[in-house]
Amino acid sequence: MPDLSVNLLGIELSNPIIPASGTFGYGREFAELYDIDILGTFSFKGTTLHPRLGNPLPRIAEAPSGMLNAVGLQNPGVDKVITEELPNLAKIFHKPVMANVSGFSIEEYAETCRRLDGCDQVGWLEVNISCPNVHHGGMSFGTDPMQAAAVTKAVKAVTTKPVIMKLSPNVTDIAAIARACEEAGADGISLINTLMGMRIDPRRRAPIIANTTGGLSGPAIFPVALRMVWQVYEAVSIPIVGMGGVSSAEDVIEMMLAGATAVEVGAANLADPWACPKIIEALPAAMEKYGIDRLKDIIGGAHHG
Amino acid sequence: MKQVTYTIHTNNPLTQDVYRMVLEGDTSAITAPGQFVNLTLDGLYLRRPISVCDWDADGLTLIYKVVGQGTDQLSQMRPGETLDALAGLGNGYDLAACPNDPVLVGGGVGVPPLYGLAKWLIRAGKSPSAILGFNRAEEIFFDMEFAALGIPVTVTTVDGTAGLRGFVTDAMPEDAYVCVCGPEPMLKAVHKLASGGQFSFEARMGCGFGACMGCTMPTVDGYKRVCKDGPVLGYGEIKW
Repeated sequence: MPDLSVNLLGIELSNPIIPASGTFGYGREFAELYDIDILGTFSFKGTTLHPRLGNPLPRIAEAPSGMLNAVGLQNPGVDKVITEELPNLAKIFHKPVMANVSGFSIEEYAETCRRLDGCDQVGWLEVNISCPNVHHGGMSFGTDPMQAAAVTKAVKAVTTKPVIMKLSPNVTDIAAIARACEEAGADGISLINTLMGMRIDPRRRAPIIANTTGGLSGPAIFPVALRMVWQVYEAVSIPIVGMGGVSSAEDVIEMMLAGATAVEVGAANLADPWACPKIIEALPAAMEKYGIDRLKDIIGGAHHG
Repeated sequence: MKQVTYTIHTNNPLTQDVYRMVLEGDTSAITAPGQFVNLTLDGLYLRRPISVCDWDADGLTLIYKVVGQGTDQLSQMRPGETLDALAGLGNGYDLAACPNDPVLVGGGVGVPPLYGLAKWLIRAGKSPSAILGFNRAEEIFFDMEFAALGIPVTVTTVDGTAGLRGFVTDAMPEDAYVCVCGPEPMLKAVHKLASGGQFSFEARMGCGFGACMGCTMPTVDGYKRVCKDGPVLGYGEIKW
């Protein structure tokens, strides 16, 4: 029997598959389709201190082997998440959940994390310093090592939960940002968020997405994500959660060989709501094909010397 | 919601760019007129949402207009080919909320879901009437099918080449309860004239089942997902 389990920052996962934030809501829609307890965990919808309505429509566009989105962090705000979504979640998911947090100031990040720190259901805080779809916030913290470090420090000061900093690929040197987070006390790094892109409607001679630009996700970005996970693995010694275009068990194995301890699956959930259960089901055969007995043994396994 | 593999029975043009596709397969997930299916097409990442025109135990009818890459590809598919679909998406029209004599108001490719609705209303013993709006005579489709249901049908064309010259609103009785599907400017104009009803919206969607927040719109009761909380919204919920 192949062993799919991994340990992410002190918490045992039955397998490394984690639906990515923004593609899984707070779990409800998928719990109608399958038993979501089969997942390693999932990262819930990006949550901010205050409720956010998000961007105007259209927010979505097709892309070659992928999609663009500019949802703009629509969420009910952390207090409602704690009083409504988490109690709902307790009925359908019986594992620690990853809380994804966004903010518009360092104080906001810290306050949101402080409020979530008291929630037993939350296993990890995934701090998103990489949202490309909101102005004056999000990504600006993830493109400057000093800012990234400042957010990390502020969050670490208010929580005892493991803090995973989610990085933007829209930078020239992602390893430098990862190192800054590690030095500031981050427990882990997750990457990559979406790549900024756009599409134009030739009929209207205008951008398709109301926000003009959106974040590119899907298989199109997998090689970029893999390369960045590889680079960050060489730069830091804290665990990495890899993501970006992962759609199959083979992609998961590649991500782990590049250095990921666990793997998030994003856009694939939207094209196929059963993408995660299919990947989990396919993993044992893929492991057998490559002679892997224990999945955790291959983390970073493609780095030699 | 259910994932279903449908087999194409027929796929024929009704006008220059509007096609009727009849699919065979499991329709058990479809529970109300106004719901939609989300289709996977070769080489395209996102599924394409298409409203259900009509269905029975053996299959369903889709009527779509070729407007982009996805619908163009759909129009070239042949009988015998298969389509992967998520079926039974969205809320659909609420039959119980309809009075005895609702006016069904459709514009262009907004007409098809109202056909299934008309059949349901008739089966429930109600007496709907229909107003179908098009740009010009060559673009008219399904007026005969509506008439064959034995209900009053008024056709309008913007250029007056068939039926009543003008917009659907020119044919609307005062203070009507309406069930509407069509382009947003039409929905807005009909909303202004009606006294109550149900309005079906369209949006670019990511997932189609409520997960991605790609199609949410503001309503009187806060933000709603067109794909999951809609596509049909009540008269009183809509905020223009």
